Amino acid sequence: MHYHSESLIRDLSAKAQSFRIQVLKMVYNAQSGHLGGAFSVAEILTALFFHHLRLDPSRPDWPERDRLLFSKGHACAMLYTAMAYRGFFPVEELMTFRQLDSRLQGHPDRVKLPGVEMCAGPLGQGVAIGVGMALALRMDQSKPSAVTAPSARASRARVYVVLGDGEINAGVVWEGAMAAAKYRLGNLTAILDYNGVQQTGAVADVMPIEPVAAKWEAFGWHVQEIDGHNMGEILNALDRADEVHARPSIIIAHTTKGKGVSFMEYDNRWHGMPPNKEQYERALAELEEGLRTWQNWS
Amino acid sequence: MAELVLMRKAYGEALVQLGRDNPDVVVLSADVSNSDFSYMFQEAFPDRFFNVGIAEQCLIDVAVGLAYCGKIPFANSFAFLLATRALEMVRTHCCYGEANVKLMAAYGGVSDSFDGPTHHAITDIAIMRSLPNMTVVVPSDTVAVAKLLPQVAAWRGAVYFRMNRNEVPVLFDHAYEPKIGKAVDVRPGKDVTLIGTGLMLSRCLEAAEILADEGIDARVMEMHTIKPLDADAVVKAARGTGALVTAEEHNIIGGLGAAVTEVISDAYPVPVKRVGIPDRFAETGPYAALLDRYGMAVADVVKAARAAVAAKR
Repeated sequence: MHYHSESLIRDLSAKAQSFRIQVLKMVYNAQSGHLGGAFSVAEILTALFFHHLRLDPSRPDWPERDRLLFSKGHACAMLYTAMAYRGFFPVEELMTFRQLDSRLQGHPDRVKLPGVEMCAGPLGQGVAIGVGMALALRMDQSKPSAVTAPSARASRARVYVVLGDGEINAGVVWEGAMAAAKYRLGNLTAILDYNGVQQTGAVADVMPIEPVAAKWEAFGWHVQEIDGHNMGEILNALDRADEVHARPSIIIAHTTKGKGVSFMEYDNRWHGMPPNKEQYERALAELEEGLRTWQNWS
Repeated sequence: MAELVLMRKAYGEALVQLGRDNPDVVVLSADVSNSDFSYMFQEAFPDRFFNVGIAEQCLIDVAVGLAYCGKIPFANSFAFLLATRALEMVRTHCCYGEANVKLMAAYGGVSDSFDGPTHHAITDIAIMRSLPNMTVVVPSDTVAVAKLLPQVAAWRGAVYFRMNRNEVPVLFDHAYEPKIGKAVDVRPGKDVTLIGTGLMLSRCLEAAEILADEGIDARVMEMHTIKPLDADAVVKAARGTGALVTAEEHNIIGGLGAAVTEVISDAYPVPVKRVGIPDRFAETGPYAALLDRYGMAVADVVKAARAAVAAKR
């Protein structure tokens, strides 16, 4: 486990909040997109892109990179924002979101936008695709170890899958979960954005997933539960997951759908609805107020 | 009578050879490897073989992940499962996402005859053909399997490779050099062209003999690649013989016959008769008997050829 300084945590938290503002502008501009699940995953994606993942934005096809599979594709406004600010493409391009001729499709397109590791939107597939990637990376990494000592963890690419809570309704998630355990994929980490709300209502009402930690444990996964808006907890959990040996790991991140905007939080209507002008201005004011809190935090 | 050889065994052998030739080839199974003979690869290369259990959606997704990391995955299952249960994964990732996954479709058509209509694949060609970025290949015999499989591995992008479960007549010898996307002339003729794919190619050849006795000189063409269709060859056949018959082990809707008529109606309209299953489910029974009962008898090809010739002006 690494030490994470308070200034790092503050900077990353402020960044995540600033990304919510960017996402709000994109969805308002497009009058289309998914705010609730983008706001809930802000800290998770920020921790990954700006601290944890081994990436080189100038070489999106670098074979040694960590793979981030963003399985909850509808929340891609946040993915695009994190990628742009990380340097994968110009920040100005973000405002083309969901427009004709844009690389920023309504759901992520790996062919159009280098750095996107999988097409997503049809939910449930990040885990199983992650299994394939983790198997391939392990095959390649094991080549030198046949004649030499295994290389250090620092030189090994890993696979990270960000999935939503509603999407684990899908059976293929659990097919992939079983396969990950069968093949003892210690190089695979999933992060569950457990915001408790899906398109038509509360997860607990639409299709109860509890006891969710026990489910993943029963499927052979290492399980951690954290506050998914607490940057320090996210960073620690990612470090801990990397150390798990010979089995896949999941971080169940308890989050709030629509986090940061009082009238969007916990409300499934904000799953896929764009704000009108008045709502936009209120949301912007609240998010900017939240950002100032982080900037003034010491 | 041509020698009969088990197509899935020829496939297993070709797969092992591919494994020797290309270290990036990996093989996935949804727990039917002793049905489709991919177990032969497992025995030769256990570290490059993955059985995901009875989970065809997972099968495709895991293959997609392997493909995105540079492997050449051959995902094996029954044709109907790849084309129906796993279809969304195929569409989203293999086609839209351009994952270089090879779909090895066992038990094509009604070849798993005794297992019945649940296990027959009579809509798979239509489904796969309608997907952008998908290539559809149907070998006609065991030589075609061995010759086409390395091309499938080298082909850029997803391929649906549809095979027969059973012993099939060996039609070709080592001189046969098929190329994905190119039709193969099998028999010359001037009155009508019989375009066959898969097992129905052998029935086209039988039909041509019968037609010759009746004074109809039938040309026979193998169309192992249904997409991208060799449109030039189809148009040339239409110009050369003035009438076409298509023959496939598939619903007459959406398969080879549809692909040919799409080309012909635009480029050079001539009579086209389609031989296949007349849009219905078959039943359990012996393979040859099913083919005969459900619209794919040699006599059906003969009848279609007569009708096509009669319709010429």
